[in-house]
Amino acid sequence: MIAALAFYLFAAILIASAVMVVTARNPVHSVLFLILAFFNAAALFLIAGAEFLAMILVIVYVGAVAVLFLFVVMMLDIDFARLREGFQRYAPFGAVIGGILFLELVLVFGSWSFADQASSLRLSPNPGADVTNAEALGRILYTDYVYPFQAAGLILLVAMIGAIVLTHRDRPGTRRQDVAAQVARSGSISLEKVPLGAGIRALGIRRPPEPEAETKVAEGTGHGHGHEGHH
Amino acid sequence: MEGFLTTPVGIFAITLAQTLALLVPVLMGVAYLTLAERKVLAAMQLRKGPNVVGPFGLLQPFADAIKMLMKETIVPSGANRYLFLFAPMLTFMLAMLAWAVIPVNEGWAIADINVGILYLFAISSLGVYGVIIAGWASNSKYAFLGALRSAAQMVSYEVSMGFVIVTVLMCVGSLNLTAVVKAQETVWFFIPLFPMFIIFFISTLAETNRAPFDLPEGESELVAGFFVEYSSMSFALFFLGEYANMILMSALTTILFLGGWLPPMDIAPFNWLPGPIWFILKICLCLFTFIWVRATFPRYRYDQLMRLGWKVFLPFSLVWLVLTAAVLKLTGWLPA
Repeated sequence: MIAALAFYLFAAILIASAVMVVTARNPVHSVLFLILAFFNAAALFLIAGAEFLAMILVIVYVGAVAVLFLFVVMMLDIDFARLREGFQRYAPFGAVIGGILFLELVLVFGSWSFADQASSLRLSPNPGADVTNAEALGRILYTDYVYPFQAAGLILLVAMIGAIVLTHRDRPGTRRQDVAAQVARSGSISLEKVPLGAGIRALGIRRPPEPEAETKVAEGTGHGHGHEGHH
Repeated sequence: MEGFLTTPVGIFAITLAQTLALLVPVLMGVAYLTLAERKVLAAMQLRKGPNVVGPFGLLQPFADAIKMLMKETIVPSGANRYLFLFAPMLTFMLAMLAWAVIPVNEGWAIADINVGILYLFAISSLGVYGVIIAGWASNSKYAFLGALRSAAQMVSYEVSMGFVIVTVLMCVGSLNLTAVVKAQETVWFFIPLFPMFIIFFISTLAETNRAPFDLPEGESELVAGFFVEYSSMSFALFFLGEYANMILMSALTTILFLGGWLPPMDIAPFNWLPGPIWFILKICLCLFTFIWVRATFPRYRYDQLMRLGWKVFLPFSLVWLVLTAAVLKLTGWLPA
């Protein structure tokens, strides 16, 4: 009873926020509604007993993907009123394309045949009460579907490398920090251990510096260290 | 009475009581963490710190809270009103929400769920929204720049944190936090996984926006970062959220690496103290280190921060993950 009520509540919020994603005037609001939709989808997963998928949905989509979405959308300065200007003119084309896609989907799913045990598997996704979600997924993913799983990983890797190759180029004249060179460099800074409480007087530094003391210190450092472009 | 406790209303009442029993000490901890930070920083800088309000300044957090409550909440005229006020609430709520799965002692978690560690990871990865929404809704350049920095920073450090968590989970064989602690009965994980412990601790510093990674609020270049437009209680919620997150991350470090509620050795003088006391002591140790780091290190430059996250921590934790997996597999220590 409560589970059914919760399902309808989350499903209603999910659909409402999905509609708001498309209709909201402000693109930032759209992304925020998208996040709300993700959350409700996660709640539906929880009701179905798929707690692992629910958490992964929140971690991956809300915690990473939507952050980048929001990041980009906030920085764009798009005048959405102007984008909507041609809505009347383009609406028929959109409707036709949408109709064709819908027909294709109907054709695909109309000829779809389900396995005999599909409905029973859908109702009890776990192989047993003592097997946790993660374990149940792992048993299938790394045995029956190990090749598709690895192929999916490979495709993602190729996409990642492709994105890096396309966007990253060496611009001539940029100066980069070479941390190893900085760390390996010696002589420009000298550290001295001073007894606790002795103050800087023990190093021979006077404040205000006396004229002859200052020249003495400068000479002392000038000989001892190879100055690299200082002064 | 037995009958009442199993009805929906009874279960709700029990959960409410449990939640209060956990959150009230956490909030007191947050209040006194602000005082402890000022005291410890003062001691490290040879000052006295707050010592006027109450004995040893012990009432200072309450004076601060009353001051914050009395001030006027100012919403800038160009700001997005609802999101502006929603952001601090979100930050604070998320910091409280995560405590639902923290096991303070064996069986003391409010919700001892199977995917506890994933829940914590999910909640902590949502913390960035409070910052981004605050920065955007303020409609101010400084706040927005702070928010953008924070978004990039939190996302980068989450990746290596994820690898560290996966390494620990491989040694445990379960996503349940109670199981994570119980797996450390022989040896706490910070000994065999010491490099991962260090990476995790540094990543928590970056994740909670603490020094030396407090770039989102770098006052020398961004005034105060994402919460520059906030005042009064809305500012206080950000402040409390940050400190609550510190405590939460310390609790997570304790559970993953320092053996949770377990005493260092299960022999006479150590196991006299009950589990929750050990848990709190370990959290205090982590928090002290947080403050110690703040007093010791200067702030990172932004590109160095990104370099550390992506070019140092990420490859290292990935290699260590593979190494751990290989060792577990070859020695047959892999948990069933």
